Amino acid sequence: MSEIVKKFMYVNRKAPYGTIYAWEALEVVLVGAAFDQDVSVMFIDDGVYQLAKGQDTKAVGMKNFSPTYRTLGDYEVKKVYVDQASLEARGLTQDDLVEIAWEDMETEEEVDNIVEVITSERVSALMNESDVIFSF
Amino acid sequence: MSDMIDVDGKQYAVDEEGYLANLNEWVPGIAGVMAKQDNLELTDEHWDIINFLREYYEEYQIAPAVRVLTKAVGKKLGKEKGNSKYLYSLFPYGPAKQACRFAGLPKPTGCV
Repeated sequence: MSEIVKKFMYVNRKAPYGTIYAWEALEVVLVGAAFDQDVSVMFIDDGVYQLAKGQDTKAVGMKNFSPTYRTLGDYEVKKVYVDQASLEARGLTQDDLVEIAWEDMETEEEVDNIVEVITSERVSALMNESDVIFSF
Repeated sequence: MSDMIDVDGKQYAVDEEGYLANLNEWVPGIAGVMAKQDNLELTDEHWDIINFLREYYEEYQIAPAVRVLTKAVGKKLGKEKGNSKYLYSLFPYGPAKQACRFAGLPKPTGCV
């Protein structure tokens, strides 16, 4: 593995269905996780709907991939952020979002839920700190 | 997409890499026929992993990458099984890829 660890941020701004962005972004995150970088995933604007609980896609005829977000912890992604203002603008709170657990098998350190709702200031700060931003 | 495999007289479509085209068609016999093609005899230990993968897919809607599989197997079936040496001894063509194929799942996400 590479010695140089970069800060990768994946920014999701689109609703989960209707376009392929959300699913493609998730696949890129999961594939990219193999490269042992410092990965964070950010949900802004309609992107916050990607994490909504209780999705039912039968009527749109697409696979419901929302359960797949819960594997992010298994793929060693430990930082998942949601923009608070985007959530509030859509009448949602953290309780409406899926929970993603994370566990370190070696140290047995456990985090029940790595999804963190943060202010817009924090969103900007984290973006500034990132070396690479992938926008979907 | 035109390849077919024959299991107990029934034809099942597989893709160009040998993965089952339609996940919902899977029956245990398919794993046996695919294993025979790879010169493997399936044991209970193989089935533990195949069943585990099917449960994982059912819950998360993806086939896990090999290191995710290794970790998850260790958690579920015990540490002595959650290592790549053990898994490769069962599935010499790569535990995630080969076991996922037997389990009727798509090629794992994150296998590079």
